[in-house]
Amino acid sequence: MNVGGEARKRLVVVGHGPAGHRLVEALRERDVTGAWRITVVGEEPRPAYDRVALTSHLTEGADLALPAHGPEVTVHTGDPAVEIDRTARTVTTASGRRVGYDALVLATGSSPFVPPVPGRDLPGVFVYRTIDDLDALREHCAARPGAGGVVIGGGLLGLEAARALQGLGVDAHVVEVAPWLMPRQLDEGGGAMLRRHIEALGLRVRTGTPVAALEAGEDGAVARVRLGDGSALEARVVVFSAGIRPRDELARRCGLPVGERGGVVVDAACRTADPAVFAIGECALIGGRVYGLVGPCLSMAEAVADQLLAEAGGSSGNARFEGADTSTKLKLMGVDVASFGDPFADREEGTLSVTYTDPVDGVYTKLVVSDDARTLLGGVLVGDASAYPTLRACVGSALPDSPGQTLFGGVGPAGGDLPDATVICNCNNVTAETIRRSIRDEGLTDVGGVKSCTRAGASCGSCVPLVKRLLDAELVAAGIEVDKALCEHFDHSRAELFDIVRVRRITTFTQLISEHGRGRGCDICKPAVASILASLGNGHILDGEQAALQDTNDHFLANLQKNGTYSVVPRIPGGEITPEKLIVIGEVARDFGLYTKITGGQRIDLFGARVEQLPQIWKRLVDAGFESGHAYGKALRTVKSCVGSTWCRYGVQDSVALAIRLELRYRGLRAPHKLKAAVSGCARECAEAQSKDFGIIATEKGWNLYVAGNGGMRPRHADLFASDLDEETLVRYIDRFLMFYIRTADRLQRTASWLEGLDGGIDYLREVIIEDRLGICAELDAAMERHVASYSDEWRDTLEDPDKLRRFVSFVNAPDVPDPSIVFETERDQIKPVLRTGPQREVLSR
Amino acid sequence: MTADVQTRPSTAVGQRSTIRWHDVCAYSDLLPERGVAALIEDVQVAIFRTFDGELYALSNFDPFSGAYVISRGILGTRGDVPTVASPMYKQVFDLRTGRCLDDPRVALPTFRIRRTPQDRVEVASA
Ligand code: SRM
Ligand SMILES: Cc1cc2nc3c(=O)[nH]c(=O)nc-3n(C[C@H](O)[C@H](O)[C@H](O)COP(=O)(O)OP(=O)(O)OC[C@H]3O[C@@H](n4cnc5c(N)ncnc54)[C@H](O)[C@@H]3O)c2cc1C
Ligand code: SF4
Ligand code: FES
Repeated sequence: MNVGGEARKRLVVVGHGPAGHRLVEALRERDVTGAWRITVVGEEPRPAYDRVALTSHLTEGADLALPAHGPEVTVHTGDPAVEIDRTARTVTTASGRRVGYDALVLATGSSPFVPPVPGRDLPGVFVYRTIDDLDALREHCAARPGAGGVVIGGGLLGLEAARALQGLGVDAHVVEVAPWLMPRQLDEGGGAMLRRHIEALGLRVRTGTPVAALEAGEDGAVARVRLGDGSALEARVVVFSAGIRPRDELARRCGLPVGERGGVVVDAACRTADPAVFAIGECALIGGRVYGLVGPCLSMAEAVADQLLAEAGGSSGNARFEGADTSTKLKLMGVDVASFGDPFADREEGTLSVTYTDPVDGVYTKLVVSDDARTLLGGVLVGDASAYPTLRACVGSALPDSPGQTLFGGVGPAGGDLPDATVICNCNNVTAETIRRSIRDEGLTDVGGVKSCTRAGASCGSCVPLVKRLLDAELVAAGIEVDKALCEHFDHSRAELFDIVRVRRITTFTQLISEHGRGRGCDICKPAVASILASLGNGHILDGEQAALQDTNDHFLANLQKNGTYSVVPRIPGGEITPEKLIVIGEVARDFGLYTKITGGQRIDLFGARVEQLPQIWKRLVDAGFESGHAYGKALRTVKSCVGSTWCRYGVQDSVALAIRLELRYRGLRAPHKLKAAVSGCARECAEAQSKDFGIIATEKGWNLYVAGNGGMRPRHADLFASDLDEETLVRYIDRFLMFYIRTADRLQRTASWLEGLDGGIDYLREVIIEDRLGICAELDAAMERHVASYSDEWRDTLEDPDKLRRFVSFVNAPDVPDPSIVFETERDQIKPVLRTGPQREVLSR
Repeated sequence: MTADVQTRPSTAVGQRSTIRWHDVCAYSDLLPERGVAALIEDVQVAIFRTFDGELYALSNFDPFSGAYVISRGILGTRGDVPTVASPMYKQVFDLRTGRCLDDPRVALPTFRIRRTPQDRVEVASA
């Protein structure tokens, strides 16, 4: 065999993008005998970089360079190939370099398609493909802050570019000729929902209209985009993102067949009509199509590496490009959009589609399944793409549940349940089996390790959540602890720290971190530990060292607002309030010039107080019989009530009285996250108890208790825990439920996700609380009794303690000078904050 | 003086021959691991006392929110770096240099600060 020395074969790769780079790497890895001598000829001035992450170069200045190949590979950058002589087997470059080859691989990618509209060559018109494109774009925008801009093309890339323009301070429009955005991936419903999200980001969208011309301004640069309907958009910068064209010019010139609409024709082994020449990546026309996603491009590179090894006798050479999944997910946008499988499969016979639209949350979901509703064919997710990795992995196989259950039941199968053959990472074509094997064989314990070992998750990143689930499942199976470290200062989870603090009777952060952690903490562990100390009844949250742990809200016993002022929320238990107290609130608000609003929690919020005003405001409120509403704390917020049997003709129990009793019982109870509750007087449920951490609905015979509901970001209906309870049993169950949650939940975990993660779920919870399976009920009851007995109003205590009051000054050296940056204007007869400078993200230091 | 200028002292400390030290408060007025705001020639300065007793002074202006709130952040460490986290959106800054550890493009102006033999705290304006 021709091993080493003069006998080595010569490989020339034209184009150093992700495909060319992967080919070289795959070959280097497996060509242990060094059978191939590799030369790369690249047009761009730098070696290959991660084009998929291009935008982060603009937004974060990220370094995109892919790993260098090592000295045995010759890479010529900034020197495009201009001619191929297939008879002599040589490639000539622009600088006149001539390189001979035994095998030639074209990996020339594609170029942005710029439709032939008048004005497309004007200064200020860009494409979005290379680092150089982006650098030029950035420079142009920097010189025109606040200018209008237009992105032509509303596909994946156009939207990414528009968002990036926005980041450059450009007020951007997206113009799409199709009737809706992302027409290649989304159906009309999905496109419409996406548009709402895009517009909510402050981007403007025009669909269903072509661009007629770009018009110059007085300076000769582009100034306007004229649309097909005659209207015009102001634009000092224009980016074309209207599709790609394969770069097949070299192949054309040397007589290799190319497709009608471009692309170097290759067979499934990526070979052109000339057996010595391959084409891979976005320049290749394979199986009649050109792929514009990195995943298929890399698979082609792997397939060719295999052929080349076979030629050198190093492999069977059977690898073929098998076609590829074109699932996509919009990245970097702050908008969840994804399509997977064939999202348009429902246009065919023998399929069913299930759609779900929630205009309130802006969610649109479509699943297309075979007509027996078993096999997933494709679908679209807009507004919430959390299920994307799982669903994408299930395409072509049986759904874990009915389509409805899959949509509403959340995330689908756990990492452990995915079949080995499932492709987890599309970009790098990595299966569940490969990942599992590498975790086991290499002893990997984190996602970073899996990434560098298998490449899964190393490109677009959309599969990372799934990789993480696989990893966790493997680690659990291997009996290895899954990393639940709170932050860099503690290796423990919140629940573990809670037990340490409880069992070892630790009362200060300093003791805890010196014995069980490292460093001096941060804004994650300090408030978490503060909450643990408070839950275990360690006195006032501003006592001694505890004060230094609190987030600003707890530190000032008020909620920080966007302009540095605070809001004041007195407790109004159950939402019941006397006219006298209403008048006091009104007077206080008037005298201190505060903005007032009725909250969603059945009470009144007073906004716009400066720190030095807080004690004066609270003095008036406390004197009138109010106490802290803990709107600032991870603690009980409100127990909402409906009017109940006292007034309502349908009411079967006194919901107001119970709500007040519960609110007074649990007020001030510090927890991993805030706690909300409600009591409804009958099954009509006017208090919305089923969306609360604990909710109670009256029955003829007593009370039904619901637990672990949530409104907010991920609404969850509460589960019925027990029925027809008498009031004392009800209260006991709630006591235990809350204390068990406080002991075992993670930091910032509401009861809803806590219960979802609890092994055994609601049944287990019943066993713990009703049957005392863990034998801890007496302890939980006692802990709650201690809380109830030791409660005292945080604001009253603060007003009585000169030491605590010292913090409520504007400036330590000018305590009476109001912060001059706090300025208001008037709107609808009330104050409204004005930020004089607003957020600024450039370097501010000297 | 606009709010903008308040955060950006135009001359670097030490460039002029006369540094002016301003008495701000007693050292014991500062709680360990907490900050206070001070007004120094119309400039808002956030002053911190760390766990080990060190003093730091940074601009009180939080560039991520546009509000003057840095003094109300939580102190801590990241690796060996003493830090403060903005109370608004929680970006973390190096107390020694003002560098934002979560966004390399941003840094807060820093000020010279000292503890006098009389146990007063003084901050320099340039
Ligand atoms: C004032 C109020 C809006 C209003 O004008 O009505 C409000 C205001 C805030 N809410 Fe809320 N929420 C308010 C009712 C709600 C409700 C409705 C309810 O309680 O019945 C919900 C949905 C129910 C739920 O929580 O399950 C709600 C779900 C949230 C969430 C999402 C929680 C989640 O689990 O997904 C957050 C964010 C968080 O806590 O992490 C949030 C966070 C906030 C914060 C604390 C955001 C912040 O950090 O500045 C706001 C501060 C208020 C302030 O400065 O006083 N707020 N928030 C309501 C105060 C109720 C009260 O009297 O205490
Ligand atoms: C902003 C952006 C975001 C993207 N996001 C995603 C995403 O999220 N997911 C995804 O799957 N895909 C994404 N893509 C697409 C992905 O980048 C491409 O599929 C991938 O880069 C194709 O790799 P390639 O090597 O075939 O071609 P290219 O990356 O185009 O590389 C080809 C190289 O060859 C060079 N070349 C061309 N002609 C010659 C010549 N004659 N001589 C020498 N060199 C030559 C070119 O200059 C170029 O450097 C994105 C693309 C862009 C621009
Ligand atoms: S929904 Fe709640 S958190 Fe969001 S803006 Fe309104 S008050 Fe603030
Ligand atoms: S799917 Fe893109 S990195 Fe895995």
